[in-house]
Amino acid sequence: MVYSDLIRERFRHPRYQGSLERPDAAFEDVNPLCGDRIRIECRIADGRLADARHRGDSCAICVASADVLLERAIGQPLDLASRLTTGDLLERLEADVRASRIRCVTLPLSVLQGALNGKEVAR
Amino acid sequence: MSSVGEGCRADFPILQRVVNGSRLDYLDSAASSQKPRQVIEAMSGYYERSHANVHRSIHTLGEEATELYEGGRDAVRAFVGARFREEIIFTRGTTEAINLVAQCVGRTLQSGDEIIVTEMEHHSNLIPWQMVCRDRGAILKAVPVIGEGFLDMEAFGRHLSPRTRLVAVAHVSNVLGTINPVSELVRRSHEAGALVLLDGAQGAPHLALDLAAMGADFYALSGHKMLGPTGIGVLYGRREVLEQLEPAWGGGEMIKEVWIDHAQWNDLPWRFEPGTPPIAGVVGLRAAVEYLGKLGMERVAAHERDLTGRCLDALQRIPGVTVYGPRNPEIKGAVVAFNVEGIHPHDGAALLDERGIAVRAGHHCAQPLMKRLGIAGTLRASFSVYNTPAEVERLAEAVKGLRDAL
Repeated sequence: MVYSDLIRERFRHPRYQGSLERPDAAFEDVNPLCGDRIRIECRIADGRLADARHRGDSCAICVASADVLLERAIGQPLDLASRLTTGDLLERLEADVRASRIRCVTLPLSVLQGALNGKEVAR
Repeated sequence: MSSVGEGCRADFPILQRVVNGSRLDYLDSAASSQKPRQVIEAMSGYYERSHANVHRSIHTLGEEATELYEGGRDAVRAFVGARFREEIIFTRGTTEAINLVAQCVGRTLQSGDEIIVTEMEHHSNLIPWQMVCRDRGAILKAVPVIGEGFLDMEAFGRHLSPRTRLVAVAHVSNVLGTINPVSELVRRSHEAGALVLLDGAQGAPHLALDLAAMGADFYALSGHKMLGPTGIGVLYGRREVLEQLEPAWGGGEMIKEVWIDHAQWNDLPWRFEPGTPPIAGVVGLRAAVEYLGKLGMERVAAHERDLTGRCLDALQRIPGVTVYGPRNPEIKGAVVAFNVEGIHPHDGAALLDERGIAVRAGHHCAQPLMKRLGIAGTLRASFSVYNTPAEVERLAEAVKGLRDAL
């Protein structure tokens, strides 16, 4: 089942979707395969990811992946937040995501890492 | 094989497959069509009985292979309505055919020359022109898409000038389905002294072609979208134009005589076919055009128009569904692009796949068109000879349920 209950739930009711005022770090990227676009904005305090939000135009898997990623990352020291893996997300998503859609899971990961590595791009 | 639709389904072994517990409804033929047994058997028969290299093998198998390969050229010539067999060049597909022209014509471009494309082009008929324009200092101009998905022919007229060297346009849009006014495009381009290349990837599988009458200088097509194998395509080039062009690529077979520092080119069409060609691909393509020929391209076109019309009617009645491209199936190829409110195309396609329905989702290699439409992508159902009205009904039923499926 590609669409686990958790993916459906987080797509319908994401908990970390939106934007931050004056974020300390942000990054945005697209998946060239499908045109999915996601932006993640971060607030950083005391070496930790204090808060973060995602938004964009993307599929249910990508939205759910971004949502559980931020859930796991917020509150973590930056080095831990940027070391979360695809495996961590797949486990949390409880989904059997095929190779053709795996970029939908990994796009938020690389976007968060881009933000934490200071790769801000113009909005 | 007896007729289009239900009558030919038994020829396509893959259509017996069960996908995710449901019978397969294959509605993605614009991406790649399925293959009839006649094509599969022609290719395996070739490998089992007649394979050898072509043209220079002086033995029985070599002669059989050459006969099959060159016979394939004659079959394709007849199918597309070309005047001369020298006008049929085998390539790996539409993309390679267009790149071949871009290489050859590109070499003749001067700084300030102009190439005209359109906003509805597949990337394969856009990127090669971007590349040659960049290399040669030429200028790329694009005809906008207006209304339900038609070319802005007034803008085309404004773009055309004595500096226009080539006009590259899709015969049929792979997203909108728009059948472009090729006769008018050819006439006006030729009046301006420009060459015309038509991307026929979506035209050749669905419309009866008479390339000699159409008058385009180049027409590119892919075998795999018209019941043939992957890895084989055709560049049709008008003989008078091909004769003026230097070959794109060098190698064996494209030469007559070679010295250590120069060579004399072979005659058409071999001048443009260096290396061992895709012989099995040509054998398969020949079987495919013979299969389509027996069905009759007029009947194929009418069948697909009927399915396209049914699909447009059914989808437009579903709340939350937006359909793109012309609404009149009489002026449209066999594709219907659509979106369902609140459902990303990839999710839509994955959910339809759970019911055995195969459609395409995404930008369809037409990102400038997506930008013009203001969307990231669409779902797309497309039809071939083996599709049936029942499949369109099952698609519409499944699309109705999409918004509640996530």
